[in-house]
Amino acid sequence: MTCLPAHTDKKLGLVIDLDTCVGCQACVTACKEWNTGGHMAPLTDIDPYGGDADGVWFNRVHSYEHITEMGGRTVNFPRSCLHCETPACVTVCPTGASYKRASDGIVLVDEDKCIGCKLCSWACPYGAREFDTDVGVMKKCTLCVDRIYNDNLAEEDRVPACVAACPTSARHFGDLGDPASAISQLVAERGGVDLMPELGYHPTNKYLPPRANTTRAASVPAPALEPVRAEGGFLGWVDRMLSN
Amino acid sequence: MHPAFSVVFFTTATGAGYGLLALLGVLAGLGFVPPDFWLGAIGMGLALGLISAGLLSSAGHLGRPERAWRAFSQWRSSWLSREGVASVATFVPAGLFAIGWVVLGRTEGWVAVAGVLAAVGAVATVCTTGMIYASLKPIAQWHSRFTLPGYLIFSAMSGSVLLNALLHGFAIGSTVLLAGCMLLTLLGWGWKVATWRYNDRLEIPTNANTATGLAGGTVRSLEWPHTEENYLLKEMGFRVARKHKARLRQITQVLAFASPVLLLVAVLALPWPYAAVLSTLAATVQFAGMLVERWLFFAEAKHTVTLYYGR
Repeated sequence: MTCLPAHTDKKLGLVIDLDTCVGCQACVTACKEWNTGGHMAPLTDIDPYGGDADGVWFNRVHSYEHITEMGGRTVNFPRSCLHCETPACVTVCPTGASYKRASDGIVLVDEDKCIGCKLCSWACPYGAREFDTDVGVMKKCTLCVDRIYNDNLAEEDRVPACVAACPTSARHFGDLGDPASAISQLVAERGGVDLMPELGYHPTNKYLPPRANTTRAASVPAPALEPVRAEGGFLGWVDRMLSN
Repeated sequence: MHPAFSVVFFTTATGAGYGLLALLGVLAGLGFVPPDFWLGAIGMGLALGLISAGLLSSAGHLGRPERAWRAFSQWRSSWLSREGVASVATFVPAGLFAIGWVVLGRTEGWVAVAGVLAAVGAVATVCTTGMIYASLKPIAQWHSRFTLPGYLIFSAMSGSVLLNALLHGFAIGSTVLLAGCMLLTLLGWGWKVATWRYNDRLEIPTNANTATGLAGGTVRSLEWPHTEENYLLKEMGFRVARKHKARLRQITQVLAFASPVLLLVAVLALPWPYAAVLSTLAATVQFAGMLVERWLFFAEAKHTVTLYYGR
């Protein structure tokens, strides 16, 4: 059913810290590795070793240069499904393949019902959905539904693959509908923002903006190493021998 | 947006077909068009043929066309589903109307009622097509007050020019209809020019700053996540049309509006069969022009996802 639930018990989602993301692409490859065998499998690659490689990915990391009065900085920007509260990708679906779960707010695609009309990908302003030309259906991030509720995994591993893989803890997972959750408090503390709020999709995922530049860092770089003085004695002999 | 030919042909053909169906349904019931067998067979054949060809073409756009029947289920929320329901529902009165006219040779009574219902269904279907595009917020050129009226005007325009060609073919051309064709074509021309002017001056609040959540200053794409074009760029990052925008708009105006109006003016002054030949030419040229217009409608539309790629 593509009508949206009036209320979801939880609002599971991600919080992505643009301050600490180093753009290492570990979340990208971990996502691909897990999901190509997971709920939406396969994430087909077309001509993967050729000159015109293409394929389905749920998570893509861009790099931007952000220039303000404070100066310029590089910002690495992971982009994936935001599991919006009012996802137009769901309501435009003519078949009921796209749906938003009332229990946890995750937006999913039922691959057996998808006719591959691609309208949902047009309705998503964030480019979260990618079409699998090989299977003929639309695919998207599942928030790793097959990990987060998976009793076969150790409890600490019941997080999305991208979150588990991040070496700088730039990705956080939790219930954004619960103001007392650690992830909600992180958003409040760091001033987390919505992407394209003006479009009114009310994304669940939040992005933590980079912290302001500080003035604590040394304004002058450390002095360059001075050349070693020529010395006499034993150390002078060692210096001369090693310099040869 | 990538202008898939299946969708370009679908919207153009069904627009003209539903326009012709609506006009035939109303005008035949009113006695404006005689209940002639060949007129009914060719007229309804043309209308339903254009509609069916368009719908089949749209099914060709699907990744899994064998599941297309599922698209009738979500009419509560989806304009695409509503379009599917409306298009199939319209076939019922349209089929009864065609049977009454062509098989029973009558266009009054219940056949006239079926004709009016077919016209209502045709208008409703064109509305749903327009709303599919008008409801998409990430594409500002479509999410505007110009889109839905545009689909209705172009449907009425191409349908009336087709009907004019049909009637002239049977040597029963009408000056009133001819005047209507010219007025609708001029209205379509004005509407298209106004739409282009609106789109060219569009100030979109969504930019690279709001897309990335990075407030203030400038955000410039340094590096894409991938080296080759992916689905998003192939489907939504289409750029060829923007390069040739001015030339393609000229071609649209010449083929879809200017040439048909000039040909129809000539039809006013000429006797049958010249009037029939020029009327058919006007309809053909206009259809070709509307294909270019629809191609541009897709190709000029810019999706917000391109902001992430610095385009």
